[in-house]
Amino acid sequence: MANSLFEEKLSSNDFIITTEIGPPKSVDVSEVVHHIKLLKDKVDAINITDHQSSVMRFPSIGGCLLVRELGGEPILQMTCRDRNRLALQSELLLAYSRDIKNVLSLTGDSIDVGDHKDAKPVFDLDSVQLLKMIRTLESGIDMGGNELGAAPKFCIGTSVHPEADFIEPQLIKFDKKVAAGAQFFQTQGIFDLASFRRFMQYASQFDVKILAGIIVLSSAGMARYMNNNVPGIIVAQSLIDELAAVEKGKGLQKGIEIAARFIKTIREEKLCHGVHIMAVGNENIVPDILEAAELVSSSR
Amino acid sequence: MIVAEQKPLEDIIRMIVPYERVLILGCGTCMTVCDAGGEREVSFLHNALQLAQARSGEGAHTFSEHTVKRQCDPEFLEALGEKTADVDVILSLGCGIGVQAIAEYLPDMPVLPGVNTSFMGMTKESGVWDERCAACGECRLEDTGGICPITRCTKGILNGPCAGVKNGKCEANKDMDCAWILIYQRLERLQQLDKMRRYYPPRNFRAIPRPRRIMSKAETVTGESNG
Ligand code: SF4
Ligand code: SF4
Repeated sequence: MANSLFEEKLSSNDFIITTEIGPPKSVDVSEVVHHIKLLKDKVDAINITDHQSSVMRFPSIGGCLLVRELGGEPILQMTCRDRNRLALQSELLLAYSRDIKNVLSLTGDSIDVGDHKDAKPVFDLDSVQLLKMIRTLESGIDMGGNELGAAPKFCIGTSVHPEADFIEPQLIKFDKKVAAGAQFFQTQGIFDLASFRRFMQYASQFDVKILAGIIVLSSAGMARYMNNNVPGIIVAQSLIDELAAVEKGKGLQKGIEIAARFIKTIREEKLCHGVHIMAVGNENIVPDILEAAELVSSSR
Repeated sequence: MIVAEQKPLEDIIRMIVPYERVLILGCGTCMTVCDAGGEREVSFLHNALQLAQARSGEGAHTFSEHTVKRQCDPEFLEALGEKTADVDVILSLGCGIGVQAIAEYLPDMPVLPGVNTSFMGMTKESGVWDERCAACGECRLEDTGGICPITRCTKGILNGPCAGVKNGKCEANKDMDCAWILIYQRLERLQQLDKMRRYYPPRNFRAIPRPRRIMSKAETVTGESNG
């Protein structure tokens, strides 16, 4: 039996759609609640980001609890930047006990890109070690070798960077993540389908599900900013030109169009098993993208 | 070697306020090599402090200077002899270990740190020093082509690059090479990429209890203590 609705979905042959919500730097979660309500029935699962870009915010686990309360399917993003192995394990126990059973293991952005640059970076584990640790917990023992009263069981994923400029070391890490027990991958933003096709030729030999990361660009300026400031992101020049060519104020519309175009191609060519849509602060446009990509249907 | 940087002059001036007679004490080993606190820097600092005092018209410090071969070794501190007889404070330009060695050696003498001890590293080029070791207690350079991931990767991760690398540079600093790209390239060159494919378990932080102590094998065998 599947551990979660999402795991069940992963094992089907359906085209999988996930998206993510970034919690606020606030105790007012009304906007998150609004976004969860808006998206929960339109996607298969919602990631809640974990201090994305190393900016202190409402926690991922808190957002996942809200998704649960509101009847959605959460994916707990978990980075190794802020917690040592004790804190990571205990949070997994909490998550499981609250019916949060999908976890995304990430190394986490560097402290230097965030808003608490003086903080102590933890990185007691890395993303591969975190995957292994989750599988160890499932076997009924913690990292200290002690028995758990009752063990959890998760559906676990992680990320991969198919468009990295040095792809070979990323592929070695991809192999290690598969061996450590990853079931699904949500990729970094895809901006060049040719290189994504090459990656999939490699990845398709493994029995894991790949969800292509779709970052919604809202203007040429935002794309350039991301190229310069967001770790790992490399937006293709052709897309920047495409965005730069539209009238002022129409950038986001164009971004939705581009995202939808990518999603349609990926789906029609069966390039991978689904998509993970990252609207970076524009969560309310995700339904528009799904519509433009002809993915909203009464069946969802 | 240990690499340090001299503290800003204002900080040093502020630290010495309560004391009249100040001995500026250099170190002839690492601090000399990294230009932070050798004989030359001691004499520069001496002049700078005197000049600052004359300009401001404040303070009535008298300064003396001396450099020992190594501040971190009590044996070399014996050479201080009478040098400390007529002083109220020692302004050490030794690393943090030197400062503490003096504090232990002279229990009644205040010691001030004149440098910020920064890391263990090597001379990259004239006037440039790069960190190379974090003394993790379990050296893994065999597995990483002689490039230290703990020191040179911002996150100190052990199983390959994170996804933040761009143009071979680290996400934390665009001028810094990503350690894991360097490791990959070197292992490839050495035809040892299988080492990168291996899984490395989480680090054992018990290898670095604080503070650490190492006893020479000979002493351990004869059961003597070194402290
Ligand atoms: S692995 Fe790195 S930090 Fe550890 S002892 Fe070796 S060089 Fe030093
Ligand atoms: S970019 Fe490279 S050096 Fe920087 S944190 Fe990531 S793996 Fe480490």
